[in-house]
Amino acid sequence: MSQQAPAYVSALRGVVWREALRFLQQRERFLAAMVRPLVWLFLFAAGFRAALGLSIIPPYQTYITYDMYIAPGLVAMIQLFNGMQSSLSMVYDREMGSMRVLLTAPLPRWFLLLSRLSGGVFVSILQAYAFLAIAYLFGVDLPLWGMVTVFPALVLSGLMLGALGMLLSSTVKQLENFAGVMNFVIFPMFFASSALFPLWKIKESSVALYHICSWNPFTHAVELIRFALYGEFNGQAFVIVAASFAVFLLAAVWAYDPSKGLQTRGGRG
Amino acid sequence: MSDRGRKPKNSNANSMRSGQASALSVSGVSFSYGAVRALDDVSFDVLPGRFTGLLGPNGAGKTTLFALITRLLSQERGEIEIAGRDLARFGSAALAPLGIVFQQPTLDLDLTVRQNLAYFASLHGLSGAARTRAIERELDRMEMSGRAGERVRVLNGGHRRRVEIARALLHDPSVLILDEPTVGLDVPSRAAIVAHVHALAQERGLGVLWATHLIDEIEAGDDIVLLHRGRIVERGPVADVVKRTGAKDISEAFDGLTRAGAA
Repeated sequence: MSQQAPAYVSALRGVVWREALRFLQQRERFLAAMVRPLVWLFLFAAGFRAALGLSIIPPYQTYITYDMYIAPGLVAMIQLFNGMQSSLSMVYDREMGSMRVLLTAPLPRWFLLLSRLSGGVFVSILQAYAFLAIAYLFGVDLPLWGMVTVFPALVLSGLMLGALGMLLSSTVKQLENFAGVMNFVIFPMFFASSALFPLWKIKESSVALYHICSWNPFTHAVELIRFALYGEFNGQAFVIVAASFAVFLLAAVWAYDPSKGLQTRGGRG
Repeated sequence: MSDRGRKPKNSNANSMRSGQASALSVSGVSFSYGAVRALDDVSFDVLPGRFTGLLGPNGAGKTTLFALITRLLSQERGEIEIAGRDLARFGSAALAPLGIVFQQPTLDLDLTVRQNLAYFASLHGLSGAARTRAIERELDRMEMSGRAGERVRVLNGGHRRRVEIARALLHDPSVLILDEPTVGLDVPSRAAIVAHVHALAQERGLGVLWATHLIDEIEAGDDIVLLHRGRIVERGPVADVVKRTGAKDISEAFDGLTRAGAA
């Protein structure tokens, strides 16, 4: 592989560049990605600010307002939606044929899929920083140095959610079926997590739901980001997110193996 | 005698005839979709500098064969060698000397012609000045230099196909395979692309495998492989096939072989 290193670097750069280019050319996609969390932050969080009291929980050192609590969850939500958008884009690329161009490059399939995943993560990080900047400018109290320390957490959570999206894209055979993914994956993952409410609060109302939320890898992505935003490392969240990433990626590479007949939809000629 | 069961007269006749190493060698390849046999013991060679027409009616197995050659499907039985490299042994690395034009359009409509080519070049390890030179060279060859900055979405079908052929040649492959590349094109565009790829085979010494069900895309000096219901029913130079079948031309030979097999 060392002799081929320039070919690997060239392919990785090419795939990430293409994803970034496509994202920049789809301004509506950027707006949609921003509007969703901002509505949650400025409408939903504003309403709950007075109603919901939050005790001091790590990583916070003092009482916080609800908008401060919800901000890391919304960053993770951006990455969750971006992972699913990337998945949708892979189904689209497969239907439009451009996925074949990627999969017939003379490099290992796992590397090509990882490159595609990296492109999606790059885009999700751009969106996350844009959201954090807007939130900061509109008065959400976030530590400035947290913008730096959160970066590795954004990479790992983006990879995990992107790999989940990639796995889903291998199972969704038609674009029309993608609405089901929204209903059965995105919403349950988001609402059954610590993005909107702390786990102890959920436990007060339902122990069963608390356990579901505790097992949800998205909860741990949220907590990884939350701790990293305050310069702290959440070891449990890191291990669960990293392990989930490995499982989702391996399953996606397996699902995209040529022996699984991925391209049979192209028909027989 | 049923033509469907008929074996071609000479095994791997092309390479034996010339003694040249094959650009692409397919040997004993079979493939099934569940219980349905799509390809049955298919063997043939594509020689450098030769245009080989892979002929067959719709459903003959051409696209399945392309999916196997490009590793979009895994081989069940048989061997495929690209420029001497066994696909099963070398995996994706064996695809390096292969240029591919799929039946389905595969360009990114929202990117420009140049951006599409740059993306593909990067997948094949080309970067910097080498990539720029390759893009200019192939766009010039396909007479598309003036459209390099335009989004693919605004191009007509013939021009999109030209871009796809230019893209397939960027990394200087030794084999070019095209799966029904003229589907949906008007007559002048079709004729221009057929002539261009014939010229490419001769000028660059490329081994070309051109899948089609349109017999008029084949020229008298070409080789053909005639696939019907997943089996090869004839192969060799056009003149030899016409002579063997007793037909007056390749069109009549094609009709006879595929009609008889269907009966």
